[in-house]
Amino acid sequence: MLGLNTKDTWLLVIVALMTLFAPFLLNPFPANSSLAQFNAGYPDLMQRFVIFGIFAIGFNILFGLTGYLSFGHAAFLGVGSYAAVWMFKLLGYNVVPAIILSVIVGAVFALLIGFISLRRSGIYFSILTLAFAQMSFALAYSVLTPITNGETGLQVYTSDPQYFQRSGAPDIPHFFGLEMRATETLRMGGWSFDINAGYYLCAAVLLVAFYMAIRLFRSPFGMMLRAVKSNQQRLNYTGLNARPYTLAAFVISGMYAGLAGGLMASMDPLAGAERMQWTASGEVVLMTILGGAGTLIGPVLGAGFIKYFENIFSKINDGVLHGWFGFLPDGIENVLVTVVHPFVGKGWHLTLGLLFMLVVIFLPGGLVEGGQRIGKYVFRRRGRKAGGAEAEAARKQPAE
Amino acid sequence: MTKSRLTRRGVLRTGAAMGGVLATPTLFTGAAWAQDSGFTNAPTGSTVTLGFNVPQTGPYADEGADELRAFELAVEHLNGEGDGGMLQTFSSDALEGGGILGKKVEYVTGDTQTKSDAARASARSMIEKDGAVMISGGSSSGVAVAVQGLCQEAGVIFMAGLTHSNDTTGKDKKANGFRHFFNAYMSAQAMAPVLEGLYGSDRKAYHLTADYTWGWTQQESIQAATEALGWETVNNVLTPLAATDFSSYIAPVLNSGADVLVLNHYGGNMVNSLTNAVQFGLKEATANGKDFQIVVPLYSELMARGAGENIAGIPGSQNWDWKIENQLGDRYKGTNAFVQSFGEKYGFPPSQAAHTCYAQTILYADAVQRAGSFNPCAVAEALEGYEFDGLGNGPTLYRASDHQCFKDVVVVRGKENPENEFDLVEIVEATPAEKVTYDPEHEMFAGGNLGECNPGA
Repeated sequence: MLGLNTKDTWLLVIVALMTLFAPFLLNPFPANSSLAQFNAGYPDLMQRFVIFGIFAIGFNILFGLTGYLSFGHAAFLGVGSYAAVWMFKLLGYNVVPAIILSVIVGAVFALLIGFISLRRSGIYFSILTLAFAQMSFALAYSVLTPITNGETGLQVYTSDPQYFQRSGAPDIPHFFGLEMRATETLRMGGWSFDINAGYYLCAAVLLVAFYMAIRLFRSPFGMMLRAVKSNQQRLNYTGLNARPYTLAAFVISGMYAGLAGGLMASMDPLAGAERMQWTASGEVVLMTILGGAGTLIGPVLGAGFIKYFENIFSKINDGVLHGWFGFLPDGIENVLVTVVHPFVGKGWHLTLGLLFMLVVIFLPGGLVEGGQRIGKYVFRRRGRKAGGAEAEAARKQPAE
Repeated sequence: MTKSRLTRRGVLRTGAAMGGVLATPTLFTGAAWAQDSGFTNAPTGSTVTLGFNVPQTGPYADEGADELRAFELAVEHLNGEGDGGMLQTFSSDALEGGGILGKKVEYVTGDTQTKSDAARASARSMIEKDGAVMISGGSSSGVAVAVQGLCQEAGVIFMAGLTHSNDTTGKDKKANGFRHFFNAYMSAQAMAPVLEGLYGSDRKAYHLTADYTWGWTQQESIQAATEALGWETVNNVLTPLAATDFSSYIAPVLNSGADVLVLNHYGGNMVNSLTNAVQFGLKEATANGKDFQIVVPLYSELMARGAGENIAGIPGSQNWDWKIENQLGDRYKGTNAFVQSFGEKYGFPPSQAAHTCYAQTILYADAVQRAGSFNPCAVAEALEGYEFDGLGNGPTLYRASDHQCFKDVVVVRGKENPENEFDLVEIVEATPAEKVTYDPEHEMFAGGNLGECNPGA
């Protein structure tokens, strides 16, 4: 279907089903139970899952296929956000022009940075992109304050022109009248599920982005990019110039990042300079490696994993811990709380770091490799060979 | 590589899928966040959840930790636990220690990281996941403005924590947002006469300014106020909020011809820049035949503690000080009650950040109680134009036109010989509220619009 082979079609269908039923899958615990703490099915986080999924898919097109490790990808996300908020300020709150412009701006910006950075490869390329991203961050943070509103963050004011904002249209981002914030809460017994309009818009965009990534992975162009990753020198000796291919991959990946930035601004119409900082760029590298670089679904899983930790683990404070261990005698309770304390709340980075180390050491192919190993174990008797092209790509090392 | 095969089954399947996708929006025709009650997160059970969004990491982490302590204390007092603190002295008797409108107060916390993005994400999760009906806290104006905008859109009340920029209740004011803390303009107005008395009217000032909304308005205000005295402004240098070493900014000051250094910095920034300035010998230096002076317009006990003995003799302004009732008398009643219950629980006196957050929580609870509803519009109406007393600042007005509190401003100086680590500043005077009151359309505040209150329905 849709020009995909059976396996890829199934992958797409699975992703589609997962995104469609995410509000239910992510809220497995009744709203009033003590485990509700671990529910992730509220609109803000679900939107973040898919938006960062898109961001990571785009990053993976560059890193997973060509092996070029960009350390400044957050810059494209940032300019995408700024472009989108400016559309809200000038045109009106419809998200469509905002998203379109954010993709275009992401592409132009990527073309500019890519054209210069791609003159080098390996660590030099990484450093160049990092430098550009930090420059963009510094510009957005202070020098370009009239355009970016500096540290306060760019937002929409009632005094903004909004030339195409009709009088009856909603005062927050909307998709032809459908407010991004609109949420229908379904209550079933003790459970409650949030069906959010913005999330489903993001999810639809994610599916399109994912489908395009599959097609790209399976195309001759994707094969070319893999050739760049496995041995760029040999490619040069055969008389092929790799630069146009890598630049195209860089721009495509910049467009994905711009799209993610535009969606982020569409869900919450504020663009802050922090989303361009190097930590944000590092985060998408983590997502991709954690999920499995060079695989299709890996980056999406990695994005979900990290965002879950950031939003759920960081909210477990001492009060919650005492609640959990309250049934134990006081002494043991306090010891346990003291032991667990550094790993939750403010310390969620620590837990994430440990998990990241474990994944990199024991599952170099990321969460996808973990899944494949389990799959192999389960289907061993049938003698099926899991993996294929994906696992192959995951095993490849980045270009020198 | 694409094989186009149009089959009957394929067309049917695609058609069904498309139909499903197109039908999805009809799900959303009902009321959005409001659950049959007309406003966002209406508390349905026996409890009500408040969201406390404070910086737990970053340059303002100290303030955030103290704010959190104050919030915990306020919740205790609202639920009738502890000694009641300022509830005993508060001019309104609506609150009786049985929660708010009979509902027990619970709270969730979040980390703003002093970043607009992170603060909004954390506030959104408190509103969407935990059902918070009010958001409070924060120690940066950039964050306050961002979160205030979010609360306006989501339809919950925002009770600003420590935010001192003119913009919070000026250019960026919102109908759902309220600020108890004073602002940069008030600081400048209160400090100008004191500065004139201390240093005369012929001075040349050099400004170092934190590069964000608070720094800009603080610098603008103090420059306007000092220039009205006859001071000259030599230079204004913007420094990044994330900076930790200010040596390169301090070095040019001595040769600039200036004889006063104004540090428009707060929190960790100010501690570092002041320490650098003292290391460079600015305190002992002379320029233009006068002793060199350092001024810190916005002061706090926490900063004084961080800066140690460097703070001695340096003037600044505060929203409140824990010694004010003892030193300036009964007008500031409530202070001692609060300091006592805070001290009993935590072992040291509260900072002004803690005080403003405590006061905001009490004021919100009181407004809900008086309005008889958690509906943000009813609460806003109860707060607008509300006059109260007994929360440590003397008689105070919540002005309706910009949701800013008007009360006395405390001008302080670093003590030369502090007796202990909590008694680092001495109160110079309390400038009466009338002297710092301004027109809502004053040029430093103009350009904003409260808009309509938004209940989120």
